[in-house]
Amino acid sequence: MIQVRELSKFYGKKAVVEKVSVNIQRGQITSFIGPNGAGKSTLLSMVSRLLDADTGEVLVDKDDVRKMKSNDFAKRVSILKQSNYMNVRLTVRELVSFGRFPHSRGRLNEEDIRVIDQAIEYMELGDLQDNYLDELSGGQRQRAFISMVIAQDTEYVLLDEPLNNLDMKHSVQIMKILRRLVDELGKTVVIVLHDINFASVYSDRIVALKDGRVIKDGPTEDIINSESLKEIYDMDIPIKQMSNCRICVYFNS
Amino acid sequence: MKTRYLIAGLVILSFLSLFVGASSITPMDLLDWSSEETQIFLISRVPRLVAILLAGAGMSVAGMIMQQLSRNKFVSPTTAGTLDATRLGILVSMLLFTNATILEQMAISFAFALAGTLLFMQILERIKFKDAIFIPLVGLMFGNILSSLTTFFAYRTNVIQNISAWLQGDFSMIMSGRYELLYISVPILFLAYLYANRFTVAGMGEDFSRNLGLNYKFVVNFGLILVALITVTVVLTVGMIPFLGLIIPNIVSIMKGDNLEKTLPHTALMGSIFLLVCDILGRVLIYPYEISISLMVGVIGSGIFLYLLFRRKAYA
Repeated sequence: MIQVRELSKFYGKKAVVEKVSVNIQRGQITSFIGPNGAGKSTLLSMVSRLLDADTGEVLVDKDDVRKMKSNDFAKRVSILKQSNYMNVRLTVRELVSFGRFPHSRGRLNEEDIRVIDQAIEYMELGDLQDNYLDELSGGQRQRAFISMVIAQDTEYVLLDEPLNNLDMKHSVQIMKILRRLVDELGKTVVIVLHDINFASVYSDRIVALKDGRVIKDGPTEDIINSESLKEIYDMDIPIKQMSNCRICVYFNS
Repeated sequence: MKTRYLIAGLVILSFLSLFVGASSITPMDLLDWSSEETQIFLISRVPRLVAILLAGAGMSVAGMIMQQLSRNKFVSPTTAGTLDATRLGILVSMLLFTNATILEQMAISFAFALAGTLLFMQILERIKFKDAIFIPLVGLMFGNILSSLTTFFAYRTNVIQNISAWLQGDFSMIMSGRYELLYISVPILFLAYLYANRFTVAGMGEDFSRNLGLNYKFVVNFGLILVALITVTVVLTVGMIPFLGLIIPNIVSIMKGDNLEKTLPHTALMGSIFLLVCDILGRVLIYPYEISISLMVGVIGSGIFLYLLFRRKAYA
């Protein structure tokens, strides 16, 4: 379990994240939602140590993240950020191999190679493994990065807006993969999402932020209702039940 | 291109290089150890070859590390002010310590080269507008500011001629006793190879590096130290060789990608071969005179550089 306690981050005097406390349960998908500038990405960056928190603490399975060695931390928590400034020419296989970096420091042994093969297989990237990343489509590239995270083999996988710039088909594909990571491999996934409907359909828990504070935190079915959404987004959003999914019809509200 | 073809090419060109020059030496002459030809061979030709091989490999690998760490394909010791900072360092060492030994000169110019490169990286971090062409332009301007400082103080103190000796790369002055400093680049290249994987990861960005548990700042600074050391040893012994650190890594990147552990030996080999070809051409074209290496590399290199710029959209 990841425990976030009283975490704050200030830019100048303005608090971007203010005294946020959240528990992230193992073996679930937890989505961070909220309007732009609510502090979702900042919170995720602090949990993954990309940013230092100004106050508060983050515990991963009861260990304070600030006291962990960066290599040990990289074996337990991985983070994928939106990286649109990627012009390094690596093949898919090379990228996935770097997922083993925290374990092998660059010298791959047989176990590493087996894990890399599995990760490529799992993401169905076998045919593309010798292609360079800059030759792939956005969806394929996103799959390659997730494959790298699978090779990194961490208990916790954090993703910052993994659906950015993806079309519908690839967005669905990525979300299904994340669901499988949880259901089949027993990972714990935390995602920052913009599309409330993806959060509604795929996540187990939702944490809603607004103005740097948590305003809703609970199982998906408790959050996806018109009253809660009104509080989060200041919009009247009708909810339609379709088979097992609750869809928020926000387009004309 | 397969590595073994490159090695074969390197051996043939090296052989050629040993037997091209103002005084004709044939392999047969070497059978007599006391002959004048053998003396020239050992004092001039062999050191020259070694200097070319080391300088070519060194500058190419330095360029490759810089491009990886700055995440920009057009950054190299030439386009980031490293060479100009080195020259300023040499001037300072000449002015402050009139009888500086080569090691003292090296230490001072190393400090300048490193400071200059770090300053450029700081500027890079602060620039919001990260266009691939814009950044090397900033680097060139930065280099020119340092360069004009150098010229100003050199002019005021009447050492402008000494300083211009370092402006132009030249292998014709290489003789045994005057190039040994270059051997420092051998262990540096080896270190660079050991760190190749870390440089590749650092090239993917700070967040990416942190995710993999890499100490990003340490790796970047370590890489820049290696770059500064290589640049200083080359400039102090051979002089400035422009463009080399720019062209070779780019060609290798197009052919073999950016996985440094895989491409570093290739880059070193290509750098040596390219410099060797330029040197042999320079010695043959206006025989028995020589065209200086920086001119040869400048002409051929800027041609290739232009070509890379025009086809940039295709890959970068």
